[in-house]
Amino acid sequence: MSRAARYDVIIIGAGSVGVPAAFAMARAGVRVLVLDRFSSQGQGSQKAAIGGIRATHSDPAKISLCLRSLEIVSTWEEAYGHNVEWSKGGYSFVAYREREERILKDLLGVQHRYGLNIDWLDRRELLEAVPDLNPDGLLGGTFAPDDGHCSTILLGHAFYDEAKRAGAEFRYQAPVTEIAVRGGRVAGVTTPRGEFGADIVVNAAGPWAREVGTLLGFDHPVTPDSHEGGITEPVGHFLRPMLVDTRPAPGSANYYFFQLRSGQVVFCITPSPSIWGMDRRETSEFLPMVSQRMVDLIPRLSNLRVRRTWRGLYPMTPDGSPLVGRSREVDGYLLAIGMCGQGFMLGPGLGELLARMVTQDDLSAKDQEILEILSPYRPFKDQEALK
Amino acid sequence: MTEHRIDRHPILAVTPRATIPFRWRGVNLEAKEGEMIASALFASGVRTFGHHPRDGAPQGIFCANGQCAQCLVLANGKPVKACMTPVRPGMRVDPMEGLPELPRVEETPAMRPPATREVPVLIIGGGPAGLSAAAELGKRGIQTLLVDDKDRLGGKLVLQTHRFFGSIEAVHAGTRGIDIATLLEREVRALKDVDVWLESVALAVFSDGKVGILREGTRYALVSPQVLLVAAGAREKSLSFKGNTLPGVYGAGAFQTLVNRDLVRPAERLFIVGGGNVGLIAGYHALQAGIEVVGLVEAMPECGGYKVHKDKLARMGVPIYTSHTILSANGNDLVESVTIARVDSRFRPIAGTERSFACDTVLIAVGLDPVAEFVEAAKEFGMTVLAAGDAEEIAEASAAIFSGKIKGLEAARALGLDVENTPPEWTRTAEILKSRPGKTTEEETPDEEEGVLPVLHCSQEIPCNPCSSVCPRGLIETDPSDIRLVPRFLGRAEKKACLGCERCVTICPGLAVTLVDYRKDPEYPLVTLPFEFSGERLKERGRVTVLDTEGLVLGEAEVASVRAIERNDRTVLVKLRVPRAIAKRIAGIRVQEPWIAEALPEALERLTDDVIVCRCERVTAGEIRDLIRKGYRDMNEIKAVTRAGMGACGGKTCTALVQRLFREEGVPPEEVTGPVRRPLFVEVPLGVFAGAEVDHE
Repeated sequence: MSRAARYDVIIIGAGSVGVPAAFAMARAGVRVLVLDRFSSQGQGSQKAAIGGIRATHSDPAKISLCLRSLEIVSTWEEAYGHNVEWSKGGYSFVAYREREERILKDLLGVQHRYGLNIDWLDRRELLEAVPDLNPDGLLGGTFAPDDGHCSTILLGHAFYDEAKRAGAEFRYQAPVTEIAVRGGRVAGVTTPRGEFGADIVVNAAGPWAREVGTLLGFDHPVTPDSHEGGITEPVGHFLRPMLVDTRPAPGSANYYFFQLRSGQVVFCITPSPSIWGMDRRETSEFLPMVSQRMVDLIPRLSNLRVRRTWRGLYPMTPDGSPLVGRSREVDGYLLAIGMCGQGFMLGPGLGELLARMVTQDDLSAKDQEILEILSPYRPFKDQEALK
Repeated sequence: MTEHRIDRHPILAVTPRATIPFRWRGVNLEAKEGEMIASALFASGVRTFGHHPRDGAPQGIFCANGQCAQCLVLANGKPVKACMTPVRPGMRVDPMEGLPELPRVEETPAMRPPATREVPVLIIGGGPAGLSAAAELGKRGIQTLLVDDKDRLGGKLVLQTHRFFGSIEAVHAGTRGIDIATLLEREVRALKDVDVWLESVALAVFSDGKVGILREGTRYALVSPQVLLVAAGAREKSLSFKGNTLPGVYGAGAFQTLVNRDLVRPAERLFIVGGGNVGLIAGYHALQAGIEVVGLVEAMPECGGYKVHKDKLARMGVPIYTSHTILSANGNDLVESVTIARVDSRFRPIAGTERSFACDTVLIAVGLDPVAEFVEAAKEFGMTVLAAGDAEEIAEASAAIFSGKIKGLEAARALGLDVENTPPEWTRTAEILKSRPGKTTEEETPDEEEGVLPVLHCSQEIPCNPCSSVCPRGLIETDPSDIRLVPRFLGRAEKKACLGCERCVTICPGLAVTLVDYRKDPEYPLVTLPFEFSGERLKERGRVTVLDTEGLVLGEAEVASVRAIERNDRTVLVKLRVPRAIAKRIAGIRVQEPWIAEALPEALERLTDDVIVCRCERVTAGEIRDLIRKGYRDMNEIKAVTRAGMGACGGKTCTALVQRLFREEGVPPEEVTGPVRRPLFVEVPLGVFAGAEVDHE
C-alpha cells in the first residue's frame, strides 16, 4: 500500500451523495478521491431519480438536511452558473380520503416546528393551485411552496464539475474490491484501477452499500427495492408543483410526478408489495398501473405521451431513514447510506454535513441532533409516516 | 395551391380515391381518403411542418416511418406524427411551433387494464421476413400472431416498383417488389392459424416476457409469446453535414414511401447521397415518378450497390459522382441547393473541388442498421427469441424471404414441435442471396452478328438468374450451383438458335438484357430494350439518344416499335433500328436531358454551422466532439450533458452518429461505454396505457 496514491478521504460512489460530499470536502481543502463502479458520474441510481427536492418530511433530520439542500439548489445557478432547471413549484400531497387528510394534517405540527413552510389547502384553494386536478372527491392537500424540483442529470453534473474544479478526483469503472484496515483503522482501498490510500473511507454506494460493507465484515441493513419511473414528451407548462398521491391501490402505494422546466413530465410509482433486489429491468405492469392513477388524478394527462421509462433502486433501511455516521468498529469508516430513495434531495445538505464530519472536531448541536437521529446504531422501530 | 401528385405512373396503378377536406393553418386543403397527414401536406406543397422549440429550426419529414418525431404537427390540437396519422374529414392541422399545449380533458375517462394474449409465436414485422416466417408456421398449424405497424402487409416491399433479383423458384425473382408483397400476403392470409394485427406498433419487450403493443394508435395490448420472432427490419443510417436537418433532407425510405405508396411528388429536383442499392433504386423510382435527379454522390471509389442498378441510373442520364461527399444542404427554411466535393483517399474533402447543384430535396441513403432493440431486450430477459431478415442482418429483401422461412422453422422447433430440420439447400440459398456484389468482369459480347441473339449487359457477380430460368432453349447459362456467377449466352456453342422470344429482356431485374435481331436487315438490326417509363416519351419513328451499359452516349436511333404487354408486367418493350456498329453496345435510352444535371456556376458555402447529430434535441457534432476531446467516453454521460439521445426518437438516429464521431476522433471502441437503451419504441399517450376510452377525433 505504500506506493499507492494517498488521499485524505476516499468516497465510494459518484452519485447523489458522493459527489456533493466530494464537492463540499474539496472546497474545505480535503484531498478527496471518488471511486465508482460505472463509467461516469451518476450512472447508478442518481440518473433514475426524478428530481424532486422537498423539505416536506416527517423526520426532523431529513427536514433539516433538505432545507439546506433547497437553499443550495435554489441558488446554484446564481452561485455557479449551471442551469439545473431548478423550479420552485412547491410540493403538494393530495387527499381524497379522510385517512390521508388526517395523516397529512397531523404532520403539519412537527413540520412547522422544524421551520417548514407548509400549509393545508382546502379543495377550492388546491384547485386554484392545480386547476387540472380531478375535483371528484377532492378534500384538499398540503402545499409547501418552497419545495421544488430540478433536473437530476444537470444538478449531478453541476456538482461534478464544481467538485473537479475544487480539486476532487474521480475514477470510474473502479469498483472497490477490498478495504484495507490496519490496527483497527481504515488504510485504503483496492480497485481494478489500482490501490489508493486514505485514512477515511466514505461508503456512499447507494444500493451497493451493503456489498461495500461486507468488505469490512459488516452487514448494513440496506436493501434495495425497485421503483419504476418515466418521462413524457415536453408540452407547454400546465403543472406547477410536484404532486404526491399517497393512496394505496392494487399493486402500488404512492406515486408522484411534476413538470420539468423543459416541459416534460417525470413520474414514478412505489410498487406494493415492494420489489426487493437489484433487478432494474422494466416490467409490463408499470405503465398501465401508473398511467391509470395519473389519468385518474389529472384526466388531462391522458393525451400526454410517454417517451421513456426506467427503473431505479431505493436503498431501503428498516425504518425508512438514512444511516449516517462513523463506524464504531473500524476507525475512519463513514456511512452515508440507506437514503431510501431520497438521496438526490438529501445529497446537497448531507454532503456538507459529511464534509464537516471529516474536517471539524466539534459539530454543532444541530448537526449532532441530525446524526443522532440518523445514527446507524439506532434501534429500528416505527417506519416513517411520509416515506 | 398546386397539387403535387403523381397522376400517371409507368408501373403503379393510379386509382381514383375520394377526396376529403382538411385545414392547414386555417386554409382549406384536400387529402385523399386514407392518406397520412404528411403525404397530404406534401401533395399540397407544404414541406415545413413547424419549428423546433429549442432553436426555431424548421422541421419536416425525415423517416416517414413513425420512428422519429420530426414531422410532429397538431391535429385537432393534439401533437401527432404527420407520417403515421391519417387525415380525417374536417381535421384541423397546424404546424408545431414551440411546445404544444396539452389538450384539456373535461371528464375522467373510463379505464380498464390491458388484456394479455398468450400465443405460441409472436412475429414483429410483416415484411418479407415476417410474412415468410408466418407462412412456414401457419402451414404447420402453429398459432402465430403477426403484428405490423403499417396498414397493409409487405413491409418495404410495397415501396419497391422494381423487379427482384435472386431466382424465380426461391424468391419470385423477376417479379416486382409490390407484387411479391401481394403474393406473400395472400399466402399468409389463407392460413387460418396466422392472426394479423395491422397498424400495431411493438413498443417494448418487458422482463416478464410480455411484449407491449400499441394497436391502431389508441389501444394497448400485451402479448405473451412462447417464442418471439423479430422481423422488424432496419432503419436508415443518417449523416452529419451542414444543413442536414433542413426540411427536404430525408431518408430514401421516406422518399419511396411518399412516391410509391402515397403517389405524391415530394420533389421537383433531387440529389442523392449514397450509392448503395437503396440510393440507386430511389433515383430510378424518382425518374419513374417524373422527378429530376440531379446527381448522386458516393464516398467510395465505386458504388456499393449492384452494378446493374448503377448502370441503369447512369443510362437514364443521372451523373454518379464516386469519391465525392456532400458538404452541405443549402437554404433557409427548405433545401435550395446542395454542395458536394471530391474526397481524398481518407475521405477528406479536397478544397477547390466544391460544386453546387440546385435541388429541392436531398435523399440520404448511406446504409441501414438492424432494428435490434427488441432482440437485445428479449435476450437479456431470457426469452426465446429469433431475428429474421434485416433485423438480423442487412441484406436484400429476397434474402429476407429465405431468412424468414428458416427462422419460421426454427421457431417451430423452439416450441418443441416435431418439425423437419432446415433443409440444407435453404441455408445455402439464404447465404447466396445475402451475399454482397462480387467481382466485376469485362462485359462479354457475342461475336456473331447474324440471326437473333441476346446481349447480357451484366458483368458483376450478384445472386440472380431469371434470364437462365426463362430461356425456352436453355441458351443462357448461370451456374445452377451458384447463381451469383455472371450469366453467359451459349448461342453458337450449343448449336441452337435463339428464338427471339424476348423473355430474357422482359424478366431481367437489372434491365440489362437486350435482343439484337439481324434477320431483317443485317446492316440496321433491330434492338429490343426494356423500358419502364411512360410510353408517350417514345413515338414510333421518333428519335432517341441511345447509350451503352454505363451511360456513354452512342448516338441517336429511330424507334421502330413500342409494345406494352400486360403479361409483361408493365414493362414496355422498345425496338430500335440502329446501325450495326453500335447494335450490341446499346443498353438503354436516355430519359433525362443532360442540362438538368448541370452544376451552378459557382459553388455555394453554407455559413451556418448546423451539423446536427441529435435531430430531436438539436445537438451539434461540434458540441459532442468537444466532450470527446475533453475525455468523455461514456455515451450516457454525453447524453446527460448534451441531451443527445433524449429526444422523441429514443436515440435511433444519433447513436450511430455519436459512435462515428468517436471513431473520427480516434477513440478505440473498447474505450467507449454504449448508451443504455430505454423503452419505449415510440411515444404513446398515458391514456392509452391507462386503457382510457379515448376520443378518436
